[in-house]
Amino acid sequence: MEVTKVENVTRVYKIGKVETNALRGVSLSIQSGEFTALVGPSGSGKTTLLQLIGCLDQPTSGQVYINSQEVSKLSRNQRADVRRGTIGFIFQFFALIPTLSAYENIEMPLLLNGHSASERRARITELLAAVNLSDRANHRPDQLSGGEQQRVAIARALATKPSLILADEPTANLDTENGKQIMDTMTRLNQETGITFVFATHDPRVIHYARRVVTLQDGRVVDNSLHDMGGSDPDL
Amino acid sequence: MIQLFRMAFRDLGRNRRRTFFSILALAMGLALLILMASFINGEMSSAMDTTIKLQSGHLQLRQQNYDETKASLKWENLIEDPAQVTRQIATLEPVIAASARLFASGIVASRDQSTGVQIVGIEPDSITNNPYREGLVSGEFLTAGDRDGILIGRPLSEKMGLQVGDQINLTANTSNGDVSDQLFTIRGIYSTETRVFDSAIVFLPLEKAQAMTGTENHASTIFVLLKDKDQTDAVVNALQTSRYKILTWTKMNEVIIQTENLSNAYMSLFYLIVLGVTATVIINTLIMAVFERTREIGIFSAIGMRSRRIMAMFLAESSLLAIGGILLGLVLGALAVAYLERNGFYIGNMAVGGGGFLIRDTVYAKFSLEGTINVTIMAFIVTMLAGLYPAALAARMEPVEALRAEK
Repeated sequence: MEVTKVENVTRVYKIGKVETNALRGVSLSIQSGEFTALVGPSGSGKTTLLQLIGCLDQPTSGQVYINSQEVSKLSRNQRADVRRGTIGFIFQFFALIPTLSAYENIEMPLLLNGHSASERRARITELLAAVNLSDRANHRPDQLSGGEQQRVAIARALATKPSLILADEPTANLDTENGKQIMDTMTRLNQETGITFVFATHDPRVIHYARRVVTLQDGRVVDNSLHDMGGSDPDL
Repeated sequence: MIQLFRMAFRDLGRNRRRTFFSILALAMGLALLILMASFINGEMSSAMDTTIKLQSGHLQLRQQNYDETKASLKWENLIEDPAQVTRQIATLEPVIAASARLFASGIVASRDQSTGVQIVGIEPDSITNNPYREGLVSGEFLTAGDRDGILIGRPLSEKMGLQVGDQINLTANTSNGDVSDQLFTIRGIYSTETRVFDSAIVFLPLEKAQAMTGTENHASTIFVLLKDKDQTDAVVNALQTSRYKILTWTKMNEVIIQTENLSNAYMSLFYLIVLGVTATVIINTLIMAVFERTREIGIFSAIGMRSRRIMAMFLAESSLLAIGGILLGLVLGALAVAYLERNGFYIGNMAVGGGGFLIRDTVYAKFSLEGTINVTIMAFIVTMLAGLYPAALAARMEPVEALRAEK
């Protein structure tokens, strides 16, 4: 089943009178349960493509589909609704709310989705265990290491059981050991839950985790190939 | 909703100093407005009470053609046999006391100094004169049969260097247009703490004033005090006289009521200025918070928070600022009002009495519940309105732009 599809998408940024073509007619289809990497050098359009798939931005032309629903023309609030129910995000900069504890950060999307207190409690307990942070529930982000913060972000992304998780350079701010842990966690959760993961990276040590690698260059897909190598790399 | 306020509370706690000063700005503004409202309330109610007590009473009866500005002493302009009229009025249940008074213009001279005064002939035994009797600072009060005693105010005695027992020459107009003069001995010096009144009014026993001005058995006015000023209209209806002109305290003191209305209008303007400045501080605080937390706004948006809820988050912060500022402002305002209720604010020579109303030298604040409620509601509304722009700014942010912001 197709989770997301982009068709001939372009994205042009206009800064003053200068136009920059971040994406130049990208088409891509991602099936349910995939663990896909978007790779390419800086400026190749990876983050832009993730933002369009994640309904954070709208294409200049072309169509974006999430679960067969065309989302590229939706209003700001309609896109927020799509994100809330369907998409989880993991960012390079961890992106936790500093005034909320790990527990409360994970709770936020559940609150927005209207889950009851008991449902929230059960789900958060389950997620904290899944990312091995049960003993850090009441810690605030500044009391957690970078790796722990990113695991909280993963738990938050999973909270509402989305059909798609988008991760933008999830290991870029982590050391090797923590980066490995994050990729292992994401891989395991993909296998255990069947949730689709798409992550952007230009870190060669991470790419081999992907079962499919989409390579972008100058805003175009230049390679789209399946890898037969899930799991961790002992040399990471 | 609880989560919204819990988050707002924590967000305000991120920069405690900035939050404290924002709350303090609102609190100071509110306290100032409460103090001003109570000060004006005290000043106006004191001016009305003082003017009623010293000058106008609740009611006055005068001859139809009496012209107050000319202090006419012609018999046809005066009330004949005032004792009979006061007796009749005094029988009415709401009336505390009624007494005759005679007004004349005069000049007080002593040694090489002289000054113009208004002579008021009073019935010394009447309780309508209690404010002057209780205000005696030296000497004694007049008696009905005193033929050469006079009561003068403290500012006049100080200005002319006079003491109790000193003699002064008093010149007065008479009913036939002549002038008469006579030596009087100062029996007492009074102070009503109303400089403009005390420096201009001298008292004589009514009979002596009548004898000196040739107005035997006549009076300028019948001065009436009631138990409750709300009974004024009932007494006016009960009197049912066409022979005399009846003046009520509201009619005589229109200028005070107009001044109060004017003060209230100025206060509204003052409210707007103070709350406008406060609002600017709140807007500044919240805009800084929005810019500091732009990336967080992007995160909230990314996890599916709608614009309205982002707006509500910042409005929750402004409502907490408003509640904190209002609570502190009420405490500061109450303390300031309590101090000025007890100690007053000395305005001394600034006290004016133009247009027929009197302000005491020291103005005491009088807590204004209505004024306090009004400014409190206004402060809350203004703070919430001040929060609207930063909240809308946050809500309008594109998530992709917000996420790109520097932390």
